[in-house]
Amino acid sequence: MRYGRSVVTLALAAAAVLVLSPPPAAAQTVVKIGNISSYSGFVAQAADQAQKAVDLYVKEHEKELPPGVKLEIIRRDDTSNPEVGKRLAQELITREHVQLLTGVILSPVAAAIAPLTAEAKVPLLISIAAGGSAIPRISPYVARVSFTLWQQGYPIGKWAAEQGWKKGYTAVSDFIPGHDSEASFTKGFTDGGGQIVGAVRIPPNNPDFAPFVQRIRDAKPDVVFFWIPSTQATALVNAVRDVGLREAGIQITSTQDLLPDEQLPAMGDTPLGLITSGNYSTAGVRPANATFLAAWRREYADAAIPNFLSVNAWDGMVAIFDLLKATQGKFTADEAMGFFKGWQNPDSPRGPIMIDPETRDIIQNVYIRRLEKPDGKLANVEIATIPMVKDPWKQLNPPK
Amino acid sequence: MSGALSAAVSIGFHGLAFAMVLYLISVGLSVTMGLMGFVNLAHGVFAMVGGYVVTSLMSRFGVPFLPALLAAAVAVAAASLPIERLLYRRLYGGDELDQVLLTMGLVFMSVAAATYVWGPLQQPLQPPAWLSGAVDLGFRSFPAYRSFLILCGAALVTALWLGIERTRFGAQVRASVDNLRMAQSVGIDTSRLFMTTFALGSGLAGLGGGLGADLLAINPGYALQNLAYFLIVVAVGGLGSIRGPFIAALLLGVADSGFKYLLPEFGAFFIYALTMAILLWRPRGLFGRA
Repeated sequence: MRYGRSVVTLALAAAAVLVLSPPPAAAQTVVKIGNISSYSGFVAQAADQAQKAVDLYVKEHEKELPPGVKLEIIRRDDTSNPEVGKRLAQELITREHVQLLTGVILSPVAAAIAPLTAEAKVPLLISIAAGGSAIPRISPYVARVSFTLWQQGYPIGKWAAEQGWKKGYTAVSDFIPGHDSEASFTKGFTDGGGQIVGAVRIPPNNPDFAPFVQRIRDAKPDVVFFWIPSTQATALVNAVRDVGLREAGIQITSTQDLLPDEQLPAMGDTPLGLITSGNYSTAGVRPANATFLAAWRREYADAAIPNFLSVNAWDGMVAIFDLLKATQGKFTADEAMGFFKGWQNPDSPRGPIMIDPETRDIIQNVYIRRLEKPDGKLANVEIATIPMVKDPWKQLNPPK
Repeated sequence: MSGALSAAVSIGFHGLAFAMVLYLISVGLSVTMGLMGFVNLAHGVFAMVGGYVVTSLMSRFGVPFLPALLAAAVAVAAASLPIERLLYRRLYGGDELDQVLLTMGLVFMSVAAATYVWGPLQQPLQPPAWLSGAVDLGFRSFPAYRSFLILCGAALVTALWLGIERTRFGAQVRASVDNLRMAQSVGIDTSRLFMTTFALGSGLAGLGGGLGADLLAINPGYALQNLAYFLIVVAVGGLGSIRGPFIAALLLGVADSGFKYLLPEFGAFFIYALTMAILLWRPRGLFGRA
């Protein structure tokens, strides 16, 4: 008993010494970064995919930071709500004095935060949200490292028209990225000579897709283009199976959101053979992808499969680490933006990427992928590469 | 078959499948609310757990679909008993705000717990081979899984009605809903009745969650995402009724799929408008007692 007590006293004393002892003599530069993500709400699953990549990157590469530079990432949950996201960004800027904001799953949240970055001169590096091609134009302090839906919707629209499909139908989720993908597919498809015979917008928080899919089946188009947030992909594929859309001879295409790699094992063979556009697939044959997948497997084993959201978030951390290395952790907002403009990573798991110095949006390869079963497991196999695609929306809508 | 008729059949079919899932999950909520006056916003948690039990048993332990469903119903009913004894019982007849706070807290805890145990990903239900095809009825074919859902729902509804109308237990439940104090004074052990009814309602929710796992996807946010639907079924149907929620679920399911099919732009909105209209007309629901 007595011995036990003295051990406790000793431990307490040791703890007190640890707490009271002054910080190490070497001057430390602490870089505070606000990471805003949707850890709860209807895209919580997407936030988890991204967060796993951020955690893994920091764990693997923290030791590469310049000596004396310490990175502090402050996580905030926007609950999938733009108003909350805006308030949290405000708090991070005014109370926590973060030097940089990053993350952001939902485009509406990115749009809500963007004006603040101009007022407060705090850069925002969007690493996941893909909707709202115009978002970087809201503020000169916004850059994007993920992708834009125009980047993927426009080429797949053109591709669909090239297959000789004449009558197209679009069915998209009714918020910013859905509107972007609808507009971009429509533009690509009609530019290629196709015609849109019907368009439907699905409420973002929708449990059963069968009535919408049935409507499309009864309209008998040649091809339907879907866009839903990746978190609803399996539910939509189930409705496609139940309604028998493919059996009815209707072609289906989409961006990568319909066939996210981590959900493929749950989908069965319904989507086998579907062709989609995307910026990343776990099946991509690149050395950097093999390295990334090996690191992921070491950390998460079979408990998780990465997808495009993970790789986008990963590249966001690469850009931030590069910034810290280049500036020794001391940078102003303008210096950070100057660094991001033209930043490139020739060796991302998704291939070469670069932030366009003019538009501050990402330039990258867009892959046309076919869902195949190379070794008994479904995989988005890349069958064609459109190299270094700039955001088509910005080219079609030059700034006034 | 003409286009309009085909559309009507589609709407009816998908609406019916959705309605059955909603009914199985919500009927227990209606009875416990009517019987105990307890606002149990955490009812969806039981459905979610049922879904997790079914998907885990099937994918990890290779249990066939039907035994897994049965196991889910039994497991959820059993698990609900200690919750009723330890937590809910204290707030019977208490302040409604306290009940709402307690059960909302349980919902948030369920989100965190499910994320911890099963991760944030949606749990896939792989229907067995005999349910993954289509049933050809001559004039057109229907997806087998949804047809099975409708048949199961219909069988359970019939069993439930017979049980409430024809058995001694059913008579006790009806008596207690009508007049609790009178039921107690003629010697009905209402405390035990509450417990049994609660377990039954929870078990049905677990069954509904498992059965409908392919339709209402099983993920940690389940109880929160679908709460509005469950509450609409109960509010429109009327508290304490077995038949009310059934009519309400049918109305909600068919109207929901109908509006989505015919007027997709307003698909999500009409349900709420319809609910408001019905409640303005009959504030206690279609079958609620004055």
